[in-house]
Amino acid sequence: MKEIGIEDVEHVAMLARLELSSEEKQTMTSHLRDILRYVEKLNELDTETVEPTAHILPVRNVARPDTLRPSLDPTEVLKNAPKRTGELFQVPRVVE
Amino acid sequence: MSLLEKNVFEIAEAIRAREVSVAEATRACLEAIERVEPAVRAYVSVDADGALRRAAELDAKLQAGETIGPLGGVPIAVKDNMVVRGGETTCASRILSGFISPYDATVVERVCAAGAVVLGKTNLDEFAMGSSTENSAVAPTRNPWDTERVPGGSSGGSAAAVAARLAFGAIGSDTGGSIRLPASFCGVTGLKPTYGRVSRYGLVAFASSLDQIGTLTRDVRDTALLLGVMAGHDPMDSTSVDEPVPDYLGALDGRDLAGLTIGMPVEYFGAGIEPETERAVRGAIDELRGLGAEVVEIGLPHLEYANAAYYIICTAEASSNLARYDGVRYGLRARDEDVLGMYQTSREAGFGPEVKRRILLGTYVLSAGYYDAYYLKALKVRTLIKQDFDKAFEKVDLIVAPVSPSTAFKIGEKVSDPLTMYLTDIYTISLNLAGLPGLSVPCGFDGKGLPAGLQLIGKPFAEATILKVGHAYQQATDWHTRVPPTAAVGNGGA
Repeated sequence: MKEIGIEDVEHVAMLARLELSSEEKQTMTSHLRDILRYVEKLNELDTETVEPTAHILPVRNVARPDTLRPSLDPTEVLKNAPKRTGELFQVPRVVE
Repeated sequence: MSLLEKNVFEIAEAIRAREVSVAEATRACLEAIERVEPAVRAYVSVDADGALRRAAELDAKLQAGETIGPLGGVPIAVKDNMVVRGGETTCASRILSGFISPYDATVVERVCAAGAVVLGKTNLDEFAMGSSTENSAVAPTRNPWDTERVPGGSSGGSAAAVAARLAFGAIGSDTGGSIRLPASFCGVTGLKPTYGRVSRYGLVAFASSLDQIGTLTRDVRDTALLLGVMAGHDPMDSTSVDEPVPDYLGALDGRDLAGLTIGMPVEYFGAGIEPETERAVRGAIDELRGLGAEVVEIGLPHLEYANAAYYIICTAEASSNLARYDGVRYGLRARDEDVLGMYQTSREAGFGPEVKRRILLGTYVLSAGYYDAYYLKALKVRTLIKQDFDKAFEKVDLIVAPVSPSTAFKIGEKVSDPLTMYLTDIYTISLNLAGLPGLSVPCGFDGKGLPAGLQLIGKPFAEATILKVGHAYQQATDWHTRVPPTAAVGNGGA
């Protein structure tokens, strides 16, 4: 597989909404390259017929009765908001 | 004898017998923190006023003849990635600085309902990502056995607090070894329970298919006591399992291990382990044999692939979990003229280098064109690792191994080389991939006077078995009673 380059790091940084400095881009590229070289080790194993395990427990679709219960106190929750207007979170304009 | 020499079990007993008040026990810890904390830096925050208020309430209940629970009046510490209502939870990250939780984590609620007093929040690698507690945005925690060395991570603050007698016990979390490794480096007892045994409601998510909450204590009896309080189904965590909680304290029945078969994986004693650590672990295995257990060699052939699979899976899950830090509802918001800029600048300013590295790697392995080659491949290898354990457990009741290939390393030694740091977790990671419980108990010291740890690995939900064996071992040895040079008791204090 093609080795990771600085343009790949720029691409994933954009996907992950991280604005990296040019120095960070350099170090991250070199660290990620080392780590990805190391994980290539997995290709020594033939896994053609192996089922993936995303989760160790055999639980599926845990449901509960749809009953009313108190939610967190909005006043307390909103105390953590970086910006708020009354009972709302305030964010920059999204649509013109 | 200083109050601080008592363990959880003993201080609870002394409080119940009204020999010691809750306020006295709490003040002893706060005074110890005042004195020793500058050398150790185990805590991110200490809530002295809250702890003393709570102590007074509990003392009043005792005065009125009420019972206050199995942990009645015991001061403990909580890793700062679990929320305590009304106090700050930072995950040792700038991005959560100032975050005040509007609710209690289920484990916090349970230990408090059982009478515990929360002293404060302990230090960790930012978002529990690390093996040394050096990735904390606050300061690195220091190892009480040698303050030039790391305490292990990521629950390094919890382990150091218990070792230095700055709390009677502590709660931690373990995603790839984050309880067991610091327990081993600090000479305390650490348990990562089975995945699903303890509710994670109120634990800040890192890698959801691997994270589990557990304990750091002075001995196995304390572990059993705390686990009994913390374990069990919680409707607020759909991955907590509705299995009955056995009587863990009742499972600790002396030191006879006759009838138990213990597996010793040959792969754990290969190249890479320090000779002195290997000697300590082999000595411990001989001790278990002496107590009547039968020890047989087993194979876990996919062990060498565990780290590679783990660092794909955990970073993939982390990249998704940490998407929530967007500067909208809580945490740091940097520039906010436009939405994209708000996300990017807040996350750039808020996360430290290791967290960014893991988010980038996780995003990469999940991205178009790489998903099958990395993420899906890692999930398949996870199946092979789990099958290794399933097969081994057909023949043995539990497995023994080292916790780490070495004792505590120096602060700064591995921090610039992420891959070397990742390999510190080589013996602990496979348990998280397979969801198994693991107990770390002190099993000796190297020539530098640093503790080594023995890892006891159980079948799913068989915590009682590994606790029984760990307890038997501690009945026969005294490694767990040793006090580090930087501690609030012994050697004239710090």
